[in-house]
Amino acid sequence: MLEKAIQGSALYWIWLLVLLAVIGVGFFAYLTQLDQGLSVTGLNRDVSWGFYIAQFTFLVGVAASAVMMVIPKYLHNHKAFARMLILGEFLAVAAVIMCLLFIIVDLGQPQRLFNVVLYPTPSSILFWDMVVLNGYLFLNIFVGWVTLQAERKRVGPPRWIIPFIYISIPWAISIHTVTAFLYAGLPGRDFWLTAVLAPSFLASAFAAGPALLILLAYAIKIFAKWDPGKEAIQSLAKVVIYAMLAHLFIIACKVFTAAYSMVPDKLEHYKYLYFGLEGHTMLATFSWVAISAGVIAVITLLFPKNRQADNILAFSMILVLMSTWIDKGLGLITAGFIPTPLHHIATYIPTQTELLITLGIWATGFLIITVLYKVGIGVRKEIESG
Amino acid sequence: MKSNRRKFIKFAGLAALGWSICPSLAGAGPSRYKRIEEGLRAERWAMAIDTTKLTQEVMERAIAACHELHNVPRIESDKNIKWIWVETFYNLIYDQSHPYLQERQLPVLTLCNHCDNPPCVRVCPTKATFSREDGIVLMDFHRCIGCRFCMAGCPFGARSFNYYDPKLFLDEDEINRDFPTRDMGVVEKCEFCAHLLDQGQRPACVEAAEGVLFFGDVRDPESEVRQVLGERYSLVRKPKLGTEPQVYYLI
Repeated sequence: MLEKAIQGSALYWIWLLVLLAVIGVGFFAYLTQLDQGLSVTGLNRDVSWGFYIAQFTFLVGVAASAVMMVIPKYLHNHKAFARMLILGEFLAVAAVIMCLLFIIVDLGQPQRLFNVVLYPTPSSILFWDMVVLNGYLFLNIFVGWVTLQAERKRVGPPRWIIPFIYISIPWAISIHTVTAFLYAGLPGRDFWLTAVLAPSFLASAFAAGPALLILLAYAIKIFAKWDPGKEAIQSLAKVVIYAMLAHLFIIACKVFTAAYSMVPDKLEHYKYLYFGLEGHTMLATFSWVAISAGVIAVITLLFPKNRQADNILAFSMILVLMSTWIDKGLGLITAGFIPTPLHHIATYIPTQTELLITLGIWATGFLIITVLYKVGIGVRKEIESG
Repeated sequence: MKSNRRKFIKFAGLAALGWSICPSLAGAGPSRYKRIEEGLRAERWAMAIDTTKLTQEVMERAIAACHELHNVPRIESDKNIKWIWVETFYNLIYDQSHPYLQERQLPVLTLCNHCDNPPCVRVCPTKATFSREDGIVLMDFHRCIGCRFCMAGCPFGARSFNYYDPKLFLDEDEINRDFPTRDMGVVEKCEFCAHLLDQGQRPACVEAAEGVLFFGDVRDPESEVRQVLGERYSLVRKPKLGTEPQVYYLI
């Protein structure tokens, strides 16, 4: 099946070259970071995690959200997802690989990465995150490839793959739960120290992932001349609305708890996130963009007519992605560190090098998506043309 | 015995295998590590800081002694390294303060609390940071992968990360050759001078601050630190988090 990845139009190759160029730029930026250490980032003694870890967290959610197609398809026999499921699984593969790359570029001593395996430490949630992420990567490559191969031969998926599919459902939930536990189990970081962190991660993930998938589906329709099907997209849109409502609801719950109890340890973080402290209001601006985008998207999508109009749906999905990306990709990490344990207001602004490396990893992800989708859609076209 | 090429290769292979296993077998085991007999011992090391006697001069002396001994680079930015430093009383103990407290702005020394229940040790994915039997929380600079999970885990801001190569900020002539300099990309923090204790000496800051910092075995009722804790009122930082800090602040 892989041969389909090397048979493409000029546009396909140009797109791959563009991505490779961006990856190249990111790679050179990373060489600078390897040479000069994380001093090239905006990170500091107080805000010791930043853009990389935030992207990682966001993308774990995108990866987990493939389950929102696996559950309807395999547990409820929702046939509309049958054709599109492979896109969800391959998106998960690309997202997990990006996650792993973001972890690696965040390490101060990347060449010691395998110490995590050499000295396995079950008390560390990071150890478990490594286990579940790699397991999930394997499951998705395996299940995606085997089912696609079966379809190509025009037979049902082999029976022995079914347990792997069922395991992948709780496994998907686990990757984002464990990722939330990285934060939620830390004493003294009151912004993260909440039982609702894992549920809130899952809610925003199940909005962000399917939203990205819908946009990818539109891109495929335009560039690959293959229609994943209106019903599948509409089903996904409903998932996005429910998840986005849950996400906004949980934000409201968190804000209420902090604001009404007025316990300073909690409240200060929300003050920083939404209003800024000591004149640092940049993050607050983004936070309000996120809230507004989320609310507008949900209100728009509640009307079935809007949902069914392709351009309005696509625009709303961009809003959802923007909202959820700001929430996890900018707000979550920084606001968790500020105020610091010593009650100082620190700052963190990612540097150009940091942004270039981040861009390079995103480009890597899109490269993987492009190639895998080329294969997946190639096989689909082959089956459907008879 | 007739020798041929086949036998020779077999023999050489076995010999190489044996040689590669044996030195490591012979070298490993408890005999390789010797306990230094003259070292100071305790069931649980602890420190008490007399906040009433902390003058600017005393604090500067303690900080200088520590940072010179441990080759702590002087970096003038928010990417700096601190093992022991000065904060206001309010910043340290804001959860046990109020607006009319006289000591609010009092400058106080702070350092790693060497918690009895340290979150940094719990979260480290490689056991690069670990608790010794006597409660001292140590770092293995050569195992640390620089993930900085411990920095997020520490509720006291006690840990620093080497964003830069620290050697760039150290004077070649002033480097203390008895203590390692660190590589770029690892975390570091106060070690209660474990290396000095093992040689029978007390921590550098305790010596430099002469009578302002009390240090000893908190489980020993006769120890200096235990005596002073029994006589005077003291606080620890963020007790409600349950990390059980072992640096006490005498009021």
